[in-house]
Amino acid sequence: MNTVLAIAGVVIKELYRRKDFYVLFVLTAVITLLMGSVSFFNDAEIVRYVKEIALLLIWISALVIAIGTTARQIPAEREHRTIFPLLAKPVTRAQVILGKFAGCWLACGLTLIVFYLFFGVVSGSREHHWPLLNYCQSLWLQWVMLGVVVAFVLLGSVVFAAPSSNATISFIVVLGILLLGRYLNQVALQQPEPLRSIVYGIYFLIPHLEWYDVRDLIIYDQHLVGWLDCALATLYASVYMALLLFAAWLVFRRKALNQ
Amino acid sequence: MPSKTMEPIVETRNLRVEFRAQNAGQPKKVAVKDLSLRVCAGEVFGFLGPNGAGKTTTMNVLLGFVNATGGAAFLFGVNVREPIARQRIGYLPELTYYYKFLTAEELLRFYARIFRIPRAEADRRIDELLKLVELESARKRPIKTYSKGMQQRVGLAQALINDPDLLILDEPTSGLDPLGRMKVREIIQRLKNAGKTVLFSSHELGEVETICDRVAIINQGELKVEGRVADLVAQHQANLEKIFLDIIGYQPQLSA
Repeated sequence: MNTVLAIAGVVIKELYRRKDFYVLFVLTAVITLLMGSVSFFNDAEIVRYVKEIALLLIWISALVIAIGTTARQIPAEREHRTIFPLLAKPVTRAQVILGKFAGCWLACGLTLIVFYLFFGVVSGSREHHWPLLNYCQSLWLQWVMLGVVVAFVLLGSVVFAAPSSNATISFIVVLGILLLGRYLNQVALQQPEPLRSIVYGIYFLIPHLEWYDVRDLIIYDQHLVGWLDCALATLYASVYMALLLFAAWLVFRRKALNQ
Repeated sequence: MPSKTMEPIVETRNLRVEFRAQNAGQPKKVAVKDLSLRVCAGEVFGFLGPNGAGKTTTMNVLLGFVNATGGAAFLFGVNVREPIARQRIGYLPELTYYYKFLTAEELLRFYARIFRIPRAEADRRIDELLKLVELESARKRPIKTYSKGMQQRVGLAQALINDPDLLILDEPTSGLDPLGRMKVREIIQRLKNAGKTVLFSSHELGEVETICDRVAIINQGELKVEGRVADLVAQHQANLEKIFLDIIGYQPQLSA
């Protein structure tokens, strides 16, 4: 565990010493503040639109940070040859995978906290109420979802040598699941066999990341998701994280490091 | 020859490493052929050979990066397949670009944490090592601002963070200017005086002749010669460079 946390610490330091996070945060902040300062058509409900846009920006920024940070981890270790002094120490390849995962996931969590704090201040200053539990539940589920994304991208980073190709493929897959995943079963019904079975297979195989998108909780002040449902969703995501990390380790343990 | 009664720190027995061919139909590439070596405690052992001879592959097997196709390798009597075999070693790879967003101090603290060195002891070692590699004044600067020589010296410091009994150095002076080479050589000399075992590969045969107790020369994966530097020089009546060139079969192309 000590080794895993040490590796994770380096990943977190990398995140806050690079410009990516600051650029995305400033961009989100500027767009949100600009939207919040303008009154369109004297609409009293304008704050809802601002919240919707701000949360969408937070989702996009978090995905960019999660995928961008994770995609370069293993390729950068190989390219800069830091993997050699690391593995020459009593460190196993499984610990490298777990350390990178923990670092990227924790970094995403810290990023989300900063973004949600900013969002809470802006939204609360307009509405004068802070539904803290809604914020916490939304943040938690988004973070759990990012855990699956990070594990998936980490698997990609041991398969693809170039971070850019991994990041592009990962973005397409994650956005595909978020936007289309929930409709795959309906698409399957309209297909002839054997395509129907294949599409159904994909529907049951993919992690349903869209279940973790509970932005409406905050935008429309809806009732909280049941805590048991929350726990089950966390368990569901944990199973996918474990499977993806296991697959990443299987590939990485046999990987020649100098190619 | 090393004493037969001394326990070897590094040992390879009939080590063989084969790599798959790049193209189908081609035979496998044999990088190391039945290599048997013993390095004993307190020795500085030079591992020589032309590029592609199999030096780095042998080191990669010792470090657990590459699995041997045949034979076996041991560090401190423990099979290199066990991660614990690497608890007492320090390794400096050739041309590594350390985490550029970290400072030298943070880098050493990271590696100290991997070895579970207590905080106070880690602080003491970091101070000592930064002084040894003459990076005290740059300890708070990000590594991305370091010159090549400074990067190599921070690499040497990370290799020593666990106060290892065995150091494996892969071309430690490669790409350095004469001053940088001299500094690295002085550090190796100090480690030798401190009784450390050092296994290193180099193309700088002059420095090998100066520092090493014994050398092994390999070519095309095969061990060609192994022995004490002084014995080899006396036996061949030539310096190490001449011996090396003779052994690898170099024919000078003299123009008329």
